[in-house]
Amino acid sequence: MSSISELRRLRGSQRDTRQQNKAALFFLLPWFVGLFGITLGPMLASLYLSFTKYNLLQPPQFSGLDNWTRMLHDDRLHKSLEVTFTYVLVSVPLQLALALGLALLLDKGVRGLAFYRSVFYLPSLIGGSVAIAVLWRTVFGTDGLVNKALALVGIHGQGWVSEPGTALSTLIVLNVWTFGSPMVIFLAGLRQIPASLYEAASVDGAGRWRQFRNITLPLLTPIIFFNLVLQIIHAFQTFTQAFVVSGGTGGPADSTLFYSLYLYQRGFGQFDMGYASALAWLLLLIVGVFTAVNFWASKYWVFYDD
Amino acid sequence: MTDRAIAVPTRSQPVARAHAARHGRRRVRALLKHVLLVACVLVMLYPVLWMVVSSLRPNSEIFRDAGLALTHPRLENYSNGWTAFAQPFSHYLVNSLLVVIGAILGNLLACSMAAYAFARLEFKAKRLWFGIMLVTIMLPIHVIIVPQYALFSQLGWVNTFLPLIVPKFLATDAFFIFLMVQFIRGIPREIDEAARIDGAGHARIFFNIIVPLMVPALATTAIFTFIWTWNDFYTQLIYLTDPSMYTTPLALRAFVDQQSATDWGSVFAMSVVSLVPVFLVFLFGQRFLLRGIATTGGK
Repeated sequence: MSSISELRRLRGSQRDTRQQNKAALFFLLPWFVGLFGITLGPMLASLYLSFTKYNLLQPPQFSGLDNWTRMLHDDRLHKSLEVTFTYVLVSVPLQLALALGLALLLDKGVRGLAFYRSVFYLPSLIGGSVAIAVLWRTVFGTDGLVNKALALVGIHGQGWVSEPGTALSTLIVLNVWTFGSPMVIFLAGLRQIPASLYEAASVDGAGRWRQFRNITLPLLTPIIFFNLVLQIIHAFQTFTQAFVVSGGTGGPADSTLFYSLYLYQRGFGQFDMGYASALAWLLLLIVGVFTAVNFWASKYWVFYDD
Repeated sequence: MTDRAIAVPTRSQPVARAHAARHGRRRVRALLKHVLLVACVLVMLYPVLWMVVSSLRPNSEIFRDAGLALTHPRLENYSNGWTAFAQPFSHYLVNSLLVVIGAILGNLLACSMAAYAFARLEFKAKRLWFGIMLVTIMLPIHVIIVPQYALFSQLGWVNTFLPLIVPKFLATDAFFIFLMVQFIRGIPREIDEAARIDGAGHARIFFNIIVPLMVPALATTAIFTFIWTWNDFYTQLIYLTDPSMYTTPLALRAFVDQQSATDWGSVFAMSVVSLVPVFLVFLFGQRFLLRGIATTGGK
């Protein structure tokens, strides 16, 4: 009796498993097609193409490690790596520091919080648009707002966008300007820190700085880590701003030749698709290594209380 | 806590004075905070406000005047900019809108289906697939763009909107799958268990129960998709080369390269026009945007 009902239940659960597998296939079908057809498939294809000469018109010709050895002697590639690394390593920490600073300012019940939050968040929605890149080009131009402001304090500014020495820094400022989205994530994280911890600390006589140092900062490290990983990956792929500000050239003197911009020029300007594929895979490796190092290093500074 | 409660009555006078001092200090601090915040707001928004004001000024004044005062607002730049292209600017706005609508529909349908499977169904190698899905969120588009371009050009899709829309119907924006999985996990399982007992299949549970309950997550997805697709430049630049297929950002870029030295007024005017939809969506949808960021970012 009991064994029969058990058997029935077993068969029922087997049927259930089969049914769930079938349902899952149905619900995931679009995703599977996308994953294999236009994500993983092309990814592997581009790995293969990186070992070929390919101009899109003729079929790819196998060329061994040619593309990869060419990279060693490609001065423009080296320049674009330098530009991109500078951009990532300078703009991301600045952006996150500003995001954290303003989140802390806004956290402790400021009147008009919703207003400030919206205003600070807005630039991160429009910062990647062509319109803002166009604006940037004029704001940092010879007659632009920045020089008008500098003239007020008696400094005669230059054309920031047209000087190789300063063009990149205008784009760094643009990225820092979009600190709103990490700031909102910081705010959400700050809200999850239990108020009782601060109460206990202030009873024990801990001042503001010590509370920040010993409560806020450690409990916020997972969020800092999350933002860091995300913004680094994001910054490595910056394209639109550099493209519009430099008119598609990466100039002046290749000073804004971002990696993705160089890849675009090679692939879709000169139709050197084999080399562009190799560049794409190098980018994937770089981003992957950065992310892996980030995760490895997180063991030493990110605090998980569970 | 109890220590303090006992201590207050016995030392009431000095405590009250300390209280008042602390109160005063707090007000000064709050004031300083607001000064700092308002200064940040001004520095951040000034360039954008200046662009809006400049779009209403004659060209000769734009670079002479760094202020925001507007004595004689004129719409000339808008009418000039609107008709400066091969087609009226509305043509490019409509193109962008078509791409955006397609992308939104695709993301809503495909991502919510995938999210239901990950959040509610047990299937083979689920953890592995979920891991792959998370990794694809971080995958740079550059790694797939070359073969994808080759594929879509073989299909004859270059200079159509299909390369911009079809991938959305195949749930390639995995970020939204993740967002919706997080949301569905918050819906009590008892609700769909009850429907199961009543004999409802997974399709019915999904469409009749889960979808209506996940409207906030769908709204977040729609709004983010709108803004990201509207601003997207890279893929549109690659797939749309015929000027009559240009979307708003492409038209704007082409305009800037033609006109830059001469007609900044019109450039600014059309830039403002291109930002207005994003601004409106942000204004009416920011509740969903902020919540969406908080659920995915802040765990």
